[in-house]
Amino acid sequence: MQPTHRSSRILLPAKTWFAYLSLLVALALSYIPTGLTPGVPDWVALVLAFWSIREPLRVGMGAGFLFGVLVDIGHGAAMGQHALAYVVLCYLATSVSRRVLWFPPTQQALQMFPLLLLTQVIMVVVRLVAGAEFPGWWYFLSSLTSAALWVPLNYLLLLPQYQPVDRDDNRPI
Amino acid sequence: MRLLVLVSVCLAMLVADLKFRYLEVVRQALSVATWPLQMAAAAPADFVRNAAVYFGTLVEVQKDNAALRGRELEAAQRLLRFEQLEEENRRLRGLLDMGPAVAAKSVAAEILYDAPDPFDLKVILNRGSQQGVEAGMAVVNEQGMIGQVTRVYPVQAEVTLLTDKDQAVPVQVARNGLRGVLAGAGQGRLELRFTLSGADVRVGDRLVTSGLDGLFLAGLPVADVVSVDRDAQTFAVIVCEPVAGVERTTQVRLLGRAEPPPPRPAPEPEPEPRKGLKG
Repeated sequence: MQPTHRSSRILLPAKTWFAYLSLLVALALSYIPTGLTPGVPDWVALVLAFWSIREPLRVGMGAGFLFGVLVDIGHGAAMGQHALAYVVLCYLATSVSRRVLWFPPTQQALQMFPLLLLTQVIMVVVRLVAGAEFPGWWYFLSSLTSAALWVPLNYLLLLPQYQPVDRDDNRPI
Repeated sequence: MRLLVLVSVCLAMLVADLKFRYLEVVRQALSVATWPLQMAAAAPADFVRNAAVYFGTLVEVQKDNAALRGRELEAAQRLLRFEQLEEENRRLRGLLDMGPAVAAKSVAAEILYDAPDPFDLKVILNRGSQQGVEAGMAVVNEQGMIGQVTRVYPVQAEVTLLTDKDQAVPVQVARNGLRGVLAGAGQGRLELRFTLSGADVRVGDRLVTSGLDGLFLAGLPVADVVSVDRDAQTFAVIVCEPVAGVERTTQVRLLGRAEPPPPRPAPEPEPEPRKGLKG
C-alpha cells in the first residue's frame, strides 16, 4: 500500500515536560484498581510507545525502565517485569519510528499492535520461567484494546502541537 | 548497547526479587513515592463502592440485619461457653505444667481489590504496618483461613490467597492429628502434599493449621478433603477445598502470635569422629 503524507502535517515541537506529564497521567491510570478485569489497556506502554515513535530522542529506553519499575511497584508485580518489557518496547518503537510516521494513525495502530503484544508476551514468559501459572488467553486482550486506543490517543497527545504559532482570535484552534 | 545494559539490569532485578527477595527495601522506599498517585487512582473506585453501599435498598439492609442478629445470638451462646472452656483450659494447663497457650493478636481489615498482577492470586487490604499488620499473619474470615500476609506497606498489605501455587500452610487432620503441608493447586483447589499413600486421610476430613511454623495459631480451619487417590507411587494425591470462600470475601481478620515463637533449640554438638578403628 502506498503511504500517504497525511500524518506529516507540520507541527509545533513537542514539549518534554508535556511528554513526561502524560506519562505520569498514564501511570496514575494504570494504578486504578480494576482487579483482574480482562482487556484493561496498558496505558503506560501505550504512551511510552507513542512518545518513542514521536520523539525518539527525548523519550526512550531510560523512560521505559523508570516507568516500568514504577508500574511494577504499584502493581505488586515482580521487580523488573514491566521494566524489561517496556525497555524492549521503547527500543523497538524508537527503531521503527521513521517508518511508522509515514502512515496515517489507523495504520500506525495496526503496526503498534504486534509491539504491544510482544511486551505482554515478554512479561508472560518472564513469569512462566519464574514458575507462575499461565494467566489465561484473556490476558492478551489488553494489547488489542491498547492498540484500538492509538488513534484517539494520537489526537489527544498531539493537541498542544496543533496550536498555531500566531494566535488568531477568529480561529481558536 | 544501552538496550543490552538495561535488559541485563532488568533481568538481574527479576532474579534478585523473585529468587532472593533482595529488593523489598527498594520496593518499600519507592512505594512511598508512588503512594499519592495510587491514592488518587483509587479514589474513583472508592467512590463507586461507596455509592453502591449508599444506594443499597432498605429491604436488603433489613434482611442483612435480621441474619446478623440471628448469627450474633448464636455467637453469644458459643462465646459464653468459650470463656468457660478457656478458663478451664488455663487451669488444666497449669495443673499439667505446660505454660500458657500462645496469645493471639488480631487486626480487622477489609479487602480493597484484587492485585492487578494476573500471575499471582493476591488481594490488597486496607490496613498496613501502621495498624499493626505484620508479614506472616494469617488472614481469616468467619469460616476459616483464606490466606497469609506476604508484603506490608505503611497503610496497605498484600495477602497471598491459599489457592496460589506458591502458598503453603502446615496443617493437621483435625480427626487424628496427622500432619502435612497444604499447598495451592490452581482452579480454587488445594493439595495436601507429601502424605504417604497409606496415611489415614479420608474424604470429608477437616484440615486445621498445626501451628508448627511458629507463625499461625493452631486450630484455624483451612480446608476439607475432597478426594484421595492412593494409586500414586509413594505419596497419595489428596485434593482439598478451602473452607472459607477464599476468592470471594470482603471482611477479614488478621491473626498473629502476640509474642515471637521460642528460639530454635541449639543444634546438638557434632559427635566426635571415631578414632582407632583400624585393625
